[in-house]
Parts: sequence; structure tokens; C-alpha cells
Amino acid sequence: MAEYAIELRNVSKHFGPVVAVDHVTLSIRDGEFFSLLGPSGCGKTTTLRLIAGFELPTGGEIYIGGQLQGETPPYRRPVNTVFQNYALFPHMTVYENVAFGLEMRRVPKDEIQRRVREALEMVRLPGMENRRPNQLSGGQQQRVALARALVNRPKVLLLDEPLGALDLKLRKAMQLELKALQERVGITFVYVTHDQEEALTMSDRIAVMNEGRVLQVGTPEEIYERPTCRFVADFIGETNFLSGRVKERRPKEVVVLVDGSVEVLVAADREVGVGDEVTIAIRPERISLHAKPPDPRALPGRVEERIYVGTDIRYLVRLTEQTVLSVRQQNPGTDAMIRFSPGDTVYLHWRLPSARLLTE
Amino acid sequence: MAERPRARRETVRLLFLIAPSLFWLLVFFLFPLLLVFAISFGQRGTYGGVRWDLTLENYVRFFDPLYLRIFGRTFSIALTTTFLCLLIGYPLAYFIATRPARWRNGLVLLLMIPFWTNFLIRTYAWLLILRDQGVINTFWTGPLHEFLVQIATALPLPLWEILLRATSQPLHLFGTDGAIIVGLVYGWLPDMVLPCYAAIERLDFSLVEAAQDLYANRFRSFTRVILPLTMPGIIAGSILVFIPSLGAYVTPDLLGGAKSIMLGNVIYSQFMSARDYPFGSAISFVLMAVMLVGTLVYFRMGAE
Repeated sequence: MAEYAIELRNVSKHFGPVVAVDHVTLSIRDGEFFSLLGPSGCGKTTTLRLIAGFELPTGGEIYIGGQLQGETPPYRRPVNTVFQNYALFPHMTVYENVAFGLEMRRVPKDEIQRRVREALEMVRLPGMENRRPNQLSGGQQQRVALARALVNRPKVLLLDEPLGALDLKLRKAMQLELKALQERVGITFVYVTHDQEEALTMSDRIAVMNEGRVLQVGTPEEIYERPTCRFVADFIGETNFLSGRVKERRPKEVVVLVDGSVEVLVAADREVGVGDEVTIAIRPERISLHAKPPDPRALPGRVEERIYVGTDIRYLVRLTEQTVLSVRQQNPGTDAMIRFSPGDTVYLHWRLPSARLLTE
Repeated sequence: MAERPRARRETVRLLFLIAPSLFWLLVFFLFPLLLVFAISFGQRGTYGGVRWDLTLENYVRFFDPLYLRIFGRTFSIALTTTFLCLLIGYPLAYFIATRPARWRNGLVLLLMIPFWTNFLIRTYAWLLILRDQGVINTFWTGPLHEFLVQIATALPLPLWEILLRATSQPLHLFGTDGAIIVGLVYGWLPDMVLPCYAAIERLDFSLVEAAQDLYANRFRSFTRVILPLTMPGIIAGSILVFIPSLGAYVTPDLLGGAKSIMLGNVIYSQFMSARDYPFGSAISFVLMAVMLVGTLVYFRMGAE
């Protein structure tokens, strides 16, 4: 019946004087892959633990499937968790680990057998039933932890940085596998990560957190393309920031005087007044460099450094006394590409919507 | 060929390292033990001492109902002591191990402080507590009795009468198996707490959360996760308590009075009063054998 799988209303959690979670309100839809993204200590893991019931909120309400949780202990909540360190029971075999939850709910033996086998097949680990967790590789342990949670068919699966301990290659592979699995089983996933790329790759929606607060909730595209504050713009991907003062307001555009010397045109997608202190955010890959001005809007700059990063070439271009912009150009590997050298004068250009006006 | 001298040098160095302990164990442990073993097959000389006419008689004599009964009591006292130590010690260890890290060492220290006093003196203190004119009975026949007298006169009920009659006499605590067990539990409790504490402290509590996440309530997460994972501590603690309890001498001597004796007291009296070294040696070896077998069985149980 419930519209949302999970709802947090004004949830706070204090540990003594420390505010870990600060008035968080979130609605997570049924069947959604929802990520909590933020730097370490931002409150994302605490938020997950509040949903699981390992911690009780200091204030606010948590609903799972429309049911107010209150002080419901973890063993009565219709959610299961995949822990950061997997937390597999070392004294049990893989089979016993996966069967644990079903056994606790007194599911009949033959059904346990069938469901455990199905779960292990689902995570592509058949034939490992009698191994002990310490006989498995990190990736295999990860799969057992996943099977142990999914075998219970929870309404919501909570995942606390489940891929954090894996090496890069395996992590990338598991990201896609997890996403495919989530789509197949249709269970709501709440996924905690500090890896922005991981969140962007897998999520339907992301909540970016910092200092216990949710700063922005949106699809990966919204978060990346239209960050609403400086922290989000900075945390997700790489961003150049230009600070200045609003000089002129036009119907659709705003003219900002950056560092008191350069006029930059930005789309007026938020209310600002003349004289306001503002920040303009622009992604390095959205800026193009030209030897001659392609447009009257293009801004002149001087190349300070050229860095070869393989997939692309990164330039540091000085715009003003105070501001150096990072610019990324794809490396197609042909001679056709114009390469600039330190000391060259270049013209920076971007499409109007690429630059975002941020207040604060 | 170059490997050989190096390997030999390694062996020489290892021998050099273990030489002191090897020497000590051989001279002061193994040799006396072999001596006792040899004596256990001898016969008591007319004026004490040992006659070297080899016999199994001493071992046969142990199976006399008199000694078997004492052995049975000794065994059950040691077992009860171990069980009570576990019952008291494990929750205590759990409590300490789950405090914030900065408190734990202090709490362990508090546990150890009483044990810096001499064992004999601490056991003697229990005698002062338990005897007929001791601390408990002074209260029992004193303030408690008088309090009941007052209540009984104000509110005459048959219940008070029974309690009144009971408190008019001191409780005979001293000289019983119970007194010995109290003394032993008190004496060996830290030996149970410390290994249990070490095991519980090492326990990864995210496993307990995982169990609760998988619908195990507090009781079941204890029996299915905490208990099996801290079993090595329980086994170590049980062995550390059971073995000295089985061989106890001082505690039953001081708290057990004349009636309640354990095998340790029998061994003592064979050596010191009866001057029957061979029989005393034989009992010692039977006791050692029981400890060895018991320990092995227990380890097996723990290993699964």
C-alpha cells in the first residue's frame, strides 16, 4: 500500500555532543536503487544504521513500508543489511550463513534448502555450501553476504559500502552485477558509499550528505548537471569555481563580474540581485579551448600547465590573478587535435547552460 | 651442500635458546615427577621411607570405597566450582569487555587488586566470614533475629515463628562442601574472567548485529553467535579453574573442617602424617591422569 519503501521525517541522531544525523528527511520509493553519498563522517552510515534499527533516533520518525518503526529492534524490521566488512559468521559454513535468517524465522527445512541453493545460484556461488568464510576470496565473501541478506526476501536491502574492500577491477564488475541483480529482484536498495562514481553508476537517485545533513536529492544526472550548492558541485566530479559579484540582471541571463575584472555570462536559473556574492561552477570537460575567439562570450586566458592523463589532456589556464581553471580535453590520439603549450594565450568557451550559478 | 651447515647452526641456536628452560624443567619438574612415579610402585617402610619392592598395591588401594568417595566428592566440588565460576565470571567478563575501551583496563585492575593479597590470608578471611561466630552469623543471630522478634511481637504470623526459630541458631556454613566451593570460586574467579574477557573483547560485534539483522533476538544471537565464538575463552577458563580446584589443598584444609576433605588433603596426610609416600604418590598420579584425560576430552569438545 505504501507509496514509499522508506520514509525518514526529520530524523536526528546525537552521540553525546556530536550530531551525526541532523534533521534528515528522505523518501525512498519502492524498488528504487537509492544511494547515500558523502565523505566519511557525513552521517550516511549512521542513517543506514537508524533504518536497520542498530541505532535509535534522537528525534524524528522512520517508516518502513508505511510502518512507523519507533523502537522496533533490528530483528523485527523487514530489512536486511550487507555489512561493510561482510560480518559473515566465521564459525559457520557458507550454507549455514545463508540459512541463518530463514532458520531464525523457523522456515521449514526443505524450503530453507531450496532457497539457500537459489540464493547462492543468484550470486553465482553454487557448490560453495560447505566452505568456511575464511576459505573464500573477498569477492566471494561479498557474494555470500549478499545471498545471506537476499535469501530472506526483505522489503529493503541496506548496503554499507559493500564494495569498499574489493580491488578496483572487481569493484567495477560487482557494481554492474549488483545493479543488474537489483533490477532482477526488484527489491529497494539503500546503498551507502563515499565513492561518487559508484553512486553515479548504480543509483536511480542519490542523496548527497555532509555534516549530518542531506544537501541534495536527485537522479545522478541532476546531481551532476545541476548541483544546488558548492559542496555537491565540488564533491561530485571535478568542478571549477569562479567567485564574483552580480553586475547586471537580464531576463534570461546574469552578468557576473569575476574577481573584479572578467565579465562572465550565466543562465539565470535562480533568483539573485545585483551586487550579490555568487559562485559559478563549471566542469572541466565542458570547457573548450580555442586559439581564436569562437564567440564574443569566449574568455581569454593563459595556459599554465599541460598534464597528460591518458584518456584526456588536462590544462590549467589562468583566467585572472586569483583564478586558474582546470580544462579537460579528450585525447583522440590524432594529430588533428590542437595542443597548447604553457604560455600560449587561449580562448575559453562553454555552452551557456554548462555554467551553474550557486549562491552561498 | 651449503644448506646443511646453516640448518645445523640454526638448530644449535635454537637449542641454546631453550637450554635454560629445558634445564629447569628437566631438573626441577621432570626428575621429581619421575621420582614420585617410581615411589608410587614402592612400599612403605616400617619406619616411613620407601622399600623398593615393586608393587601395584598402592593403585589397587585407591579403589577402596573410602578413597573413591573422597575422589567423587573432590571431582564434584571441582566441577561445581568451575560451573559457578563460569556462571559468575562470564557475565562479568562480558560486562567489562563491552565497556568503552578507556574503562576496561581499570575494571580488570579492580578485579585483580584483591588477589595481590596472599592466598592463605584471603582464604582465612572466608573462615572469619563463614564460621559460627563469623560475620554472617553475627548478623544472622544478632540484628536480623532481633528485627524478627520485633516484627513477630507486632504481627504474629506463623511465618515469623519459623524464621525466628531459624535465626536463633547460627548457620553451620563452615566445615561444609559449600564453604569449600565458596572459597574455591572466590579464589579462582579471575582465572575464569580473564580468558573469557580476552575472548569477548576480541569478538567482532558487527557479527552480533548481523545476527540481529537476520531476525535472531538477543537470546538467540547469544547462543548462536556470541557463545560459540567465545568458546575458546570458556574452555581455557574452565581448565584454569578445574585443575587447581581438583588438586586443592589449602582451601579445603581451612574451610572444610574435619569432615569435608578433598583428595589434596589425603595426599598431604599420606606424606606428612601417615608417612606412606608410595600411596601418596599413587594418589597424585591418579589425580594427574584424571586431569589429563579431563583436559583432553574438554579440548576435543571445544574443537567441535
